[in-house]
Amino acid sequence: MSAATDSEDILATAAGWKAEGERVAIATVVETWGSSPRPAGSRLAVTASGRIAGSVSGGCIEGAVAEVARETMETGVPQLLDFGISDERAWEVGLACGGKLKVFVEPLGERLG
Amino acid sequence: MKSDLLDRLMAARAAKVPLALLTRLPDGAQLLVPGDAVPEALAAEARAAIDADAARNVTIGNETWFIAPENPPLRLIIVGAVHIAQALVPMALPLGFAVNVVDPRRAFATEERMGDRVTISGDWPDEAMAALKPDARTAVVTLTHDPKLDDPALEVALRSPAFYVGSLGSRKTHAKRVARLTEAGLTEAEIARIAAPVGLDIGAVTAPEIAVSILAQIVSARRGGPKKRAEG
Repeated sequence: MSAATDSEDILATAAGWKAEGERVAIATVVETWGSSPRPAGSRLAVTASGRIAGSVSGGCIEGAVAEVARETMETGVPQLLDFGISDERAWEVGLACGGKLKVFVEPLGERLG
Repeated sequence: MKSDLLDRLMAARAAKVPLALLTRLPDGAQLLVPGDAVPEALAAEARAAIDADAARNVTIGNETWFIAPENPPLRLIIVGAVHIAQALVPMALPLGFAVNVVDPRRAFATEERMGDRVTISGDWPDEAMAALKPDARTAVVTLTHDPKLDDPALEVALRSPAFYVGSLGSRKTHAKRVARLTEAGLTEAEIARIAAPVGLDIGAVTAPEIAVSILAQIVSARRGGPKKRAEG
């Protein structure tokens, strides 16, 4: 588990999905500033089939992150995402808290075929 | 994350070995410490992240690494498979605790009462505690009210690095307990570690309410109360 932050063992869930034959990507909060709701180390697992576990924010950026996650499954190339948001524009991009964070998105396991 | 690294990570978890997952940003090269060869400065940061149980970013030379500690679960040892234990177990699990219940009274220490997600020991508390070896990621709470069962467990817990030791009982009961433990040779400082009466004072009455107050106190002990947070 990401014992640092919470009890939900997202990596184990993701490994289980992968073992079932799913294509899986993992997103991890790697840095936060200000009032980001989830600390560094928080994880989100996404499958190509649409299963989602865990979170990297209070729900604000999960949609955008899941999109990129599916992309990394296709390309096999990880991405480092920057959600840097000012308060007044927060509603546009979805982080109402005005926090900033960096999220690393990577495919789990090698690309199949 | 490559499959072989995931397999190694999962194997370490199954063996309850603490380690750190290192990810180089932004290219995503990954290493496990201990295990993979890394420069000493990076290994030291990895060890520090494991000890602090908190993720961190470090830049060494011109490389930035994200370090995520992967520690085994916290443990909660409950002495006494009593009514409050039945309330405590299902609340402790989602907080990230692996739960051990110790009670030599076979009628109480049953899977039917405690559920199938805990490890039950029917040994005497001193033997059970010696086998469980509470460490710095372990909380211990005694609930039996019976000195024959609580005291031997407390003697082991108070001399261990457990981050929390709580014991159910009124102030009067606790005063007697302090006298007995002093008699048994524990130091004043060791005895002062006992949270008693157990739990935060929220006026808890029912078993689930008492379980909430105990777990709130355990979380506070681990994360730091208001004072510690203000200083941090």
